[in-house]
Amino acid sequence: MSIRVKNLSVRIGSAIVVDGVSFDVAPGECLAIVGESGSGKTMTANALLGLSPGRVTADELLIDGRDARSYRERDWRAVRGRTAALVSQDALVALDPLRRVGAEVAETVEVHGRGMSRAEVGRRVIQSLEQVAVPDAEVRARQYPHELSGGLRQRALIASALAAGPSILIADEPTTALDVTVQAQILALFAHLKRRGLAVLLISHDLAVVGRIADRVAVMKDGAFVETGPTAAVLANPQHEYTQALLAAVPVPKTAAQQSSGQPGGDVVLVATGLSKTYGARAAVTDVSFEVRHGQTMGIVGESGSGKSTVARLLLGLERPDAGTVLLGGSEWSSLTESERRPQRGRIQLIEQDPFGAFDPRWSVARIVGEAVALTEPVTRDRVLELLAQVGLDESHASRRPSQLSGGQRQRVAIARALARRPEILVCDEPVSALDLSIQAQVLSLLGALQRDLGLALVFISHDLGVIAALSDDILVMKDGAVVEHGAADAVLRDPQHAFTRELLAAR
Amino acid sequence: MKTSERPAELVKKRGGLGLRLLGHLGGVLLVVWGAATAGFFALKLVPGDPVEVMLGVQAQVSESVKAGIREDWGLNDPLPVQYFEYLGRLVRGDLGTSYQLREPVVSVITAQLPATLALTGLAIVFALAIALTTALFVRGEWMTRLASSVELVLVSSPSFWIGLLFISFFAYRLHWFPVTSTDGLAALILPALTLALPIAGILSQVLRDGLTRAADQPFALTARARGLGYRGLVARHTLRHAAADGLTLSGYILGTLIGGAVLVETVFGRPGIGRVTLRAVIDRDLPVVLGIIVIVAIAFAIINLLVDLAYVLLDPRLRS
Amino acid sequence: MTVLIGLRTRKPPKVGVVVAGVFLAVLFAAALVPSLFTSLDPLDAEISQALAAPSAAHPFGTDQSGRDVFARVVYGARYSLLVGFGASAIALIVGLIVGLVSGLSPKPVDTVLGKIIVVLMAFPEFLLALLVIAIIGPGETSLVIAISLAAIPAYARVARSQTLVVKGSSYVRSATALGVPRLATIVRHVIPNTLGPLLVMATIGVGTAIVSAAGLSFLGLGPAAPTPEWGVILSEGRNLLDRAPWVAAFPGLVITATVIATSVVGRALRGRS
Repeated sequence: MSIRVKNLSVRIGSAIVVDGVSFDVAPGECLAIVGESGSGKTMTANALLGLSPGRVTADELLIDGRDARSYRERDWRAVRGRTAALVSQDALVALDPLRRVGAEVAETVEVHGRGMSRAEVGRRVIQSLEQVAVPDAEVRARQYPHELSGGLRQRALIASALAAGPSILIADEPTTALDVTVQAQILALFAHLKRRGLAVLLISHDLAVVGRIADRVAVMKDGAFVETGPTAAVLANPQHEYTQALLAAVPVPKTAAQQSSGQPGGDVVLVATGLSKTYGARAAVTDVSFEVRHGQTMGIVGESGSGKSTVARLLLGLERPDAGTVLLGGSEWSSLTESERRPQRGRIQLIEQDPFGAFDPRWSVARIVGEAVALTEPVTRDRVLELLAQVGLDESHASRRPSQLSGGQRQRVAIARALARRPEILVCDEPVSALDLSIQAQVLSLLGALQRDLGLALVFISHDLGVIAALSDDILVMKDGAVVEHGAADAVLRDPQHAFTRELLAAR
Repeated sequence: MKTSERPAELVKKRGGLGLRLLGHLGGVLLVVWGAATAGFFALKLVPGDPVEVMLGVQAQVSESVKAGIREDWGLNDPLPVQYFEYLGRLVRGDLGTSYQLREPVVSVITAQLPATLALTGLAIVFALAIALTTALFVRGEWMTRLASSVELVLVSSPSFWIGLLFISFFAYRLHWFPVTSTDGLAALILPALTLALPIAGILSQVLRDGLTRAADQPFALTARARGLGYRGLVARHTLRHAAADGLTLSGYILGTLIGGAVLVETVFGRPGIGRVTLRAVIDRDLPVVLGIIVIVAIAFAIINLLVDLAYVLLDPRLRS
Repeated sequence: MTVLIGLRTRKPPKVGVVVAGVFLAVLFAAALVPSLFTSLDPLDAEISQALAAPSAAHPFGTDQSGRDVFARVVYGARYSLLVGFGASAIALIVGLIVGLVSGLSPKPVDTVLGKIIVVLMAFPEFLLALLVIAIIGPGETSLVIAISLAAIPAYARVARSQTLVVKGSSYVRSATALGVPRLATIVRHVIPNTLGPLLVMATIGVGTAIVSAAGLSFLGLGPAAPTPEWGVILSEGRNLLDRAPWVAAFPGLVITATVIATSVVGRALRGRS
């Protein structure tokens, strides 16, 4: 056994953040600890490296066969990097941005290989980078983290973890900051490392990731394991209600019956034709065209840098397109001046990814929603409360400030504010990306209900194909600023024409 | 948020840096020109006739002599002509002639510059030494709180008052340092220390904050997960990040040094630019005042240029 | 991905902040009603009492003319507070206006104004104040004018950068998307969010202004002796360091305490905002 843990607890002050968990990981095996934020999974991982900020107690804590319960800092330093290594989320901040990639990888070697010469260390660095499939390792080693792409950076981070040859790898959300296609590659790398005999402890919130490489999974909630077992079994047949809830929250594609595309029902409310926008030398959006109908959802999917957010801003008239037009309800929209546009702004509203930034930090919820109401009709407390009720909030939330609400609640306030204008079209730019899975499901179902009740047309933008599939009637796939595929959701998901769409589907 | 997959382009470093340097030099010239112009026009605002101001109320000088002086100094020329004459002389390195001392301003300043440079130089050394020592060695809760309190007192005290206390205590009471003599290193220590303390106070606070903040960043966790101890973490990682924070203070530090020099030199009765400036202000010796403005602007602009370059050296993300 | 459910309770301020606040209140009282704190006249010279060490009758001792130093410090409070608050208030208002105008103007105007601010910031504040005094001559009002003029660039710079941040912020963009008119956005969102950091800066700036004023008076550029201004007392104390160090020690102590108090209160305000 590489890791054997019995009854591990971590206390911070009077709070018990990890409550008596037990597990083990053998060489060549991957155990995944799955949970939402605040479940204690990162605390557990830190405890295995002696990096916990709280008090750690356990009946058994064996790292590579040795009892770590009485380890002092000096003992832990010998373990870290040499026996057990850590890979964190987002190499952009997990690697020192002021140091070259090669120096970061070399550090592990230098800490544990005191007698090695500069040349030997240099060779080890190149070796480690090649081990994780970084091409042109010599060139990359001399570069800085921000000069590498996200995937290469993450590989470099993994290389720095493996440089001293540990037998245990603890990966805390290692692919969360990556695009879906790159994610798949990094997971393949982990699978490869696992096959070579590494014991891998994977921490994640993402059940899809877990399903791909974990042999066994432990579901964690409020510091304790609620369910453990072989991955396939747990995912197919969850026993505990929390596991069941987590799985139920994973977005499911709209069935053909639910979709309404192809029906002549809805009028066209928004038309984008040949939209293009360039920032300096970079073409953010090139020749994008689509239509949105009353009561239907147009889903726009693409990775970061694909131009989707720019499209959102162009639709709202927050930026002027360099070419192409947007027609709102058949009349000119993008070519108007701001003062001509302003009276019409109520017809199309925006929900953004970061609801916190979207509110004046000093205002209360009631004032935030009230400002929007005042633009459409005289403000009354009743109207504000009516809007809050529509999104599932009540009077007690009205007097609070955004900083006192949860992420999901803030997003509801953003929706309420948008609805106050009685819009025909709602543009949602990554509205659920920053939310936990279960909250995500709630907000998505709220949007679906509002669409049905109010006949809203939705333009839904996301990088997450699963979320898009759950809501959309029509799908637009974007890559590098251009549309690569466009059609009814059913058709695109079942029979993708473009290679990139297939990649996205495969990565899920 | 997902990070972009597009690799950042490798800009040809040499070309990029050269262009940046040129831009900075342009900035320096702009600042100096701006300061010189602002100073020129500000001094033209001084009420009264410059010749009478200079000669003072008591002077018994005939009107024709005064008229002669005005003519000599071009004070009768129209304003634009005076301005361009002034700029022309500036470009040639001529700062004009002092009203009071009848010497070229440049020689007045250069005569006093070494003393002030010695003072400020030693002050910087003291400040850095104190700041680095406290930032690196003060750890633990109560030590940090003690250090913070001391720093607060140092930053809040008027520097000239500290100087007076030093003189009273170390010179008069303990007789460790000379009171009246101004030569030699011994006489330089108290003034330099006085000048250094407020700077040391804020610099050590900023450095310590910077070290703490950097230690909370994800890369510090990664470094510790590699087996690095506190000393290694500071030496290899956090000190560099904290240094960038310290650099942001460079403007404040320079300002405190120059402003403080005036006060400290007065308190300790030392010669230097500070005294020159004070005399010039009191005597309304306008060319000298203008000359000081220009020199200070040049110094500031050059220091800012060096600081900007230091930033780029420290943080590779600023290079592309 | 955090699920933040925090009820922000209004925590009571820490002991240090309360003490600082009380000290400042006492100082205000001393400035308004000095007779509350001392029955002696600051200008009253009793030669027989000259250079007396601190005692019950004279808590801060007496100076070379036999004047009670404590009384002089108490009466001096009004000068320092007047200059400190007056100069900071003026600098805040003017700096806010300049910064707002610059930040909200079209790019070319903003660039020019920004460069001017940068040029002015290329000077240490103390030196700028000195130079202003060179033009307008010494005196008490000169202190206020000089110190406020010297401080304006710093406030303008913060106001401008904060305005630019707010202008580009997500909530201002949301306001535009909602259809809020431009002027309303400025009044309701831009100004209040820009003002916040400036007010904190001003609280700490009061302390700096008091020190600058004392320094300029010390150099002889403020009100003339025998005005009981703190800097003036310190300059008198300079010649008495061997015989009567208390003349210099206590006024400086009061200045230091005042600046510490304003810093502590300023930091507490920043923490709450």
